[in-house]
Amino acid sequence: MASPQPRIGVVTYPGSQDDRDALWALAALDAEAVPVWHEERELPDLDAVVVPGGFSYGDYLRCGAIARFSPATAAVREFAEAGGLVLGICNGFQILCEAGLLPGALLRNESLRFVCRDVELTVERDDLAFTGRCTTGQRLVLPVKHGDGRYLPPPELDPAQIVLRYLDNPNGSVDGIAGVCNEAGNVLGLMPHPEHAVDPLLGSDDGALILASLVDAARERVLAAI
Amino acid sequence: MRATVLVRPKQGILDPQGEAVGSALGHLGFEVQDARVGKVIDLELEAADEAAARAEVEQMCERLLANPLIESYEVEIVG
Repeated sequence: MASPQPRIGVVTYPGSQDDRDALWALAALDAEAVPVWHEERELPDLDAVVVPGGFSYGDYLRCGAIARFSPATAAVREFAEAGGLVLGICNGFQILCEAGLLPGALLRNESLRFVCRDVELTVERDDLAFTGRCTTGQRLVLPVKHGDGRYLPPPELDPAQIVLRYLDNPNGSVDGIAGVCNEAGNVLGLMPHPEHAVDPLLGSDDGALILASLVDAARERVLAAI
Repeated sequence: MRATVLVRPKQGILDPQGEAVGSALGHLGFEVQDARVGKVIDLELEAADEAAARAEVEQMCERLLANPLIESYEVEIVG
């Protein structure tokens, strides 16, 4: 039997920018990439969801604060609470924090400058659906591009929820945290952009490790359901 | 009824914007020990009385206007 193609949704909000890159990257990594419009109250049949980067709803009030009330975000919340795999990238990370699906908050970069460059990261754990193709301690190079990426964890954050750390902290994040997961490990948020780094022509293809891990995990869920 | 909401970065939270403003004031010759930058949200709403308006606006702060992890808020009702 041919290996099944998992269906991975990518949400588009007004102001999303990286939704197309995420769709392209997922399709290149052999997933069926499914666009999800922000007005959709129910998700189509999906094996994972990506909440992409951009400036949803103009990032008015606080980054991600308005997108949290969008119908598609409510559907993503239901999906995540039922154990579904959800990856939030950049603005998607901010939205998931505002929605309470991930702990903490993202504040203005310490430098007050927008940073747009490649950063080096270390993988803190490789036992998640998002890091299966990585090894703990592995270094990745991924691009960041954000003005509000300074992660502030809640005081009670379990250190085991830290999935990625910056080697060269670009924004003043506490403890160099670049990516965190929820307690159950089925929701990950990160500021760097794996979808912009899936081909060596783009400077790095390390992003493919994260996205292909997600595709693998989503495929396993399809197989488990057969 | 009119309400004004003051949203501030919580004590102890690094506020680089405030630091930049403080340093710019220093360049102008003003001496300030500390500067913090928050935001003001003015609202007009229907409410039976001041207490009802305050309760309503506090709900708005908890649910949207402030992020309790990083921001504190203060509500003024202006009749």
